[in-house]
Amino acid sequence: MSVLELPRPRGIKLTFWRAVFGVIMILFLYVSFMRFYKGLGATTNLSDRFPWGVWIGFDILCGVGLAAGAFTLMATVHLFHIKKFEPIVRPTLLTGYLGYLFVCVALLFDLGQPWRIWHAMVYWNEHSVMFEVAWCVMLYTTVLTLEFSHIVFERLKWNFMLKIMHTINTPLVILGVLLSTLHQSSLGTMYLIVPEKLHGLWYTPALPLLFYISAIGAGLGMVIVESALSGRAFGHELEMDLLEPLGRVMIVVLGVFGVLRLDLLFHAGMLGTIFQPIYESRMFLLEFGIGVLAPILLLSWPRIRQSKVGLVIGAVCAVFGFILYRLNVSITGIERASGTHYVPSWMEMTISIGLVAIGFAAFGIATRYLPIFPPAHGEAGHARH
Amino acid sequence: MSHALLLDTTRCIGCGACSAACKEQNKLGADIDRVNTAYTWTTVQKAGGVNVRRMCMHCLAPTCASVCPVGAMRKTVEGPVLYDAEKCIGCRYCVQACPFDVPKYQWDKNIPVVAKCIMCAPRLARGEATACATVCPTGATTFGQRDVLIQEARRRIAADPNKYVNHIYGLEEAGGTSVLMLSSVPFGQLGLRENLPNKPLGQLTWAVLSHVPDIVTLGGALLYGIYWVTKRREYVQRIEGAPGEEVRS
Repeated sequence: MSVLELPRPRGIKLTFWRAVFGVIMILFLYVSFMRFYKGLGATTNLSDRFPWGVWIGFDILCGVGLAAGAFTLMATVHLFHIKKFEPIVRPTLLTGYLGYLFVCVALLFDLGQPWRIWHAMVYWNEHSVMFEVAWCVMLYTTVLTLEFSHIVFERLKWNFMLKIMHTINTPLVILGVLLSTLHQSSLGTMYLIVPEKLHGLWYTPALPLLFYISAIGAGLGMVIVESALSGRAFGHELEMDLLEPLGRVMIVVLGVFGVLRLDLLFHAGMLGTIFQPIYESRMFLLEFGIGVLAPILLLSWPRIRQSKVGLVIGAVCAVFGFILYRLNVSITGIERASGTHYVPSWMEMTISIGLVAIGFAAFGIATRYLPIFPPAHGEAGHARH
Repeated sequence: MSHALLLDTTRCIGCGACSAACKEQNKLGADIDRVNTAYTWTTVQKAGGVNVRRMCMHCLAPTCASVCPVGAMRKTVEGPVLYDAEKCIGCRYCVQACPFDVPKYQWDKNIPVVAKCIMCAPRLARGEATACATVCPTGATTFGQRDVLIQEARRRIAADPNKYVNHIYGLEEAGGTSVLMLSSVPFGQLGLRENLPNKPLGQLTWAVLSHVPDIVTLGGALLYGIYWVTKRREYVQRIEGAPGEEVRS
């Protein structure tokens, strides 16, 4: 019997989504070529006034943040021994791993000279937040690769490697949590150096803390969203007995974040600015309403939280609000000081959308060929109930 | 021995000789851009009815040097803030972080680097003044030692308090700069930021970064402690067969 006993491919049918994916990929390849052949100026709307755009604001800041579910659940199950969440650890780990690979690839597009990325390992500047970020990306991607390789070794039945993985599991998980803590917060620290540019609705010395807390909230939200999406795609039931408690934890995390955010604005004397009729205030209200108030209200209502649709909508709100928060810090809040208005070019959007599409496709392929989901309800997994 | 420049906007007639001399000295081509770019390191801007020369301020503790992940920017004891194009990976954090919007990027190149004024470091090494100061016809740009130029700036303000705003821009801004400016109108009207802290901006991030070792050591110990306690609890429950909690391998 072959070791690689793959499910028989069903034959590639041209569905609507596959056609969309194909079109996106063709555009993606074209723009990739243009980006490296013509340079950043010809393909992006970036300029000396606005040097960081949507590749930093969405791809990097959101990609890292939305991967936060991985370290949160790894810690919950492997360090805190709350074993009941074990069935959703693997899909979350996969999401986190793909998230980080997404970030690494996006970074190659954004860096002016990506082939020099190894310079960060050789030329050190420990005073630079970007230096910390570079090391966190490198090390945590390595940790995620090792954590994820466990699943691959299991599939290949390499028992010797599994034994090694079992031995190093605890230090690896601890390392993963530490690196994530540093990385999530350091993305906020990056903006501490621009007090004169970042609008007061977002600038606060507590940016690292806010980035860390919001990442945990959004990471948990992503666990729910990703469970719902894969549940639809692969036809298995949502594990409400596991996801509903995550919804409850999200209320606490988002609540802490929201209160802290308002408290910091109050102490900075910016609370009144929220309702001023300016662009920044509208964007703040949008972000705070969708990302904090809406999910807390929805998820606090037991009947909504315990319903599949309600829980997923609450989680989607938290994830969207999180994305808005990151975009507001990196784009909205910088615009006024930069004296320019930044809207990403279609080519910038194509790279971001293309990378997300590749991520979705990779998730689908991985779940088909690797033991990501627990055995379906009704089989072995049924014993839990 | 810290070289510096004093820019007196009240003396500037906007002739642009500094731009042209800079272009020639640094071999940046002939076309002078309207604003500072990777190919035009200094320009004279008309702002608030005043001619304002814009160039790298050569901070005493540069923000660009603080943020660069590969240490491509560094402050030299002679005064200039220099850039090593061989190290640069193109993250553009320096462009984003500079409080004076100085570093510019080669957006038109597919192998781009950052570019900015280097205070004519090769000329300084030969004991010469910067090209811009040498050609300035009105003395709007003066080359000298920083402490001497501060005295000179104070003397000019004291000699004609009605003409000058009583402030030397760059004396304390962002921890102080090697380029000092004088003006007859508030500096905000010249397109310069007046909301800068009087300390190096790098201190803001270092206040957090310096705690990374604490987070790693204390966090690591804390996490291992929680791991040990919860594992022990699980073990005890398995031995005693505690009710309520289902134990799986």
